[in-house]
Amino acid sequence: MTATGKQDDDVRDLYRELILDHARSPRHFGKLPHMTHTAEGINPLCGDKLKLYLDVADDDTIRDASFEGSGCAISVASASLLTDMIVGLEANQAIRYFEAVTAHLVGDGKMHGRAPVDLGKLRALEGVREFPARVKCATLAWHALHSALRHDAAPATTE
Amino acid sequence: MTQTPQHQETSASVSACRNDFPALQQEINNHPIAYLDSAASAQQPAVVIETVAEYQRYDHANVHRGVHTLSHRATDAYEGARDHLREFINASSRSEIVFTSGTTESINLVAQSFCRPQFGADDKILITHLEHHSNIVPWQLVCEQTGAELVVAPIDERGELELERLYELMTDDVRLLAIAHVSNALGTINPVYDIIREAHSRDIPVLVDGAQGVPHMAVDVQALDCDFFAFSGHKMFGPTGTGVLYGKEKLLDAMPPYQGGGDMILEVSFSGTTFNELPYKFEAGTPNISGMIGLGAAAAYLDSIGLRHIASWEQDLLDYMTRRLSEIEGVRLIGTAANKASVQSFLVGDIHPHDLGTILDHQGVAIRTGHHCAMPVMDFFGVPGTARASLALYNNRNDIDQLVMALATAREIFS
Repeated sequence: MTATGKQDDDVRDLYRELILDHARSPRHFGKLPHMTHTAEGINPLCGDKLKLYLDVADDDTIRDASFEGSGCAISVASASLLTDMIVGLEANQAIRYFEAVTAHLVGDGKMHGRAPVDLGKLRALEGVREFPARVKCATLAWHALHSALRHDAAPATTE
Repeated sequence: MTQTPQHQETSASVSACRNDFPALQQEINNHPIAYLDSAASAQQPAVVIETVAEYQRYDHANVHRGVHTLSHRATDAYEGARDHLREFINASSRSEIVFTSGTTESINLVAQSFCRPQFGADDKILITHLEHHSNIVPWQLVCEQTGAELVVAPIDERGELELERLYELMTDDVRLLAIAHVSNALGTINPVYDIIREAHSRDIPVLVDGAQGVPHMAVDVQALDCDFFAFSGHKMFGPTGTGVLYGKEKLLDAMPPYQGGGDMILEVSFSGTTFNELPYKFEAGTPNISGMIGLGAAAAYLDSIGLRHIASWEQDLLDYMTRRLSEIEGVRLIGTAANKASVQSFLVGDIHPHDLGTILDHQGVAIRTGHHCAMPVMDFFGVPGTARASLALYNNRNDIDQLVMALATAREIFS
């Protein structure tokens, strides 16, 4: 394979079909009729903004999740995959996914002593590992999730 | 199209200068680099890089201080740069050339030293809707400090100023008009000659943000008759962290210093300090000596090619780029003023500008994506950001063809 071919593959790997599908038709898009937690995610470098809404039951189960906002294909797809993934989970399980996704995209992928998490279709995001400038697009919604569940007052930022 | 002999001469002198830029001799992601982001920061010619390196290697010392040989050399080179820059914008005196860290500092200097001591709650500062954040925020700060009001003149759908509205807003209580020469997000060239004449007929002094003008067209501050003119070194092929504030001598003379420190004083005692003469009154502390020497070399480089030739070369390229972009299905051009320079902002279908930027980079094409530090302009057009291709003297039609091909790939990926 030529080097140019490899570059081309990288970019197509970033924009794989599952990502493009979620970017074109985001799941859980809009406000929830009933919500208990919310957080805003801001990427100050590019101005992308999204709001995440959660409806968490008394037993800590995430009954529903949604998001609003505008952003690039990567950030919208990531938020869409996130909301798809966490409905039905307990809050602490969702936090485990946050840790696993950020470790997989930013760090060495290891959970440092904790049990590994099966990322499932969240693996579709791993194309950004080759694009350091775009990792923050993929993690924006996840930082918002973390912030919402921790009840942080300030918006989550990628900085 | 038949070309006039003059046009051919222009093309030959400018097209060869791409070879002067080492950064443009490389491949990016296995494609020749197509650098279309000069409005963010321009590449430096070898003569600038070498001038700075030679200075660092053989001539460095502090300026205006020592009696030893290196201090003399450094001072001569630094003050020589001031002479180049005076000539570059045709200021009447070198006292009017204040060295700063860039356009942003130049504008903040005017806000804090010209406006803050004399403006109050009954005064207004007038700007326009197409300004860069650096020609908005310093005025917001000084308005908060003084109680003055910031007034914004509107633009239209093409990205042109509504001149009649601008003139109506020039009321008796406006104490300063601050306006871009060329819009960084839209490329609009504002009719600054007419605007300054109009403002002066109402006794309103004018600051021109010249950051996006000086790399592309000849500027003569005496012909313009502007009161202040601010620009940056790194947009005109010089080092980052360099810039100039031009101010009319009688205005600068009346202004208090912007910062205190060494070099800006004649005499210091605990009972009081006598400030240095212009322009040193505004240059506290050891300056960016090597950077300003590099900027002087950049100004001399531009003068050697001739900004008249550069402007004509770039106008031809901009027309070509705008035509090629508008031929692409789904492209929306943002900024379609009749009189433009260097810049074209655009969107492709509903592809987010950052996705375009990544795909283009992988084909060697560097563009800017996002809000271009002009969020009010983005709000006006109802977009979160745009893709922006910007030209400089070293670009050619191959760069634009490469951009168009890369956009086809992006459209295919997102189809």
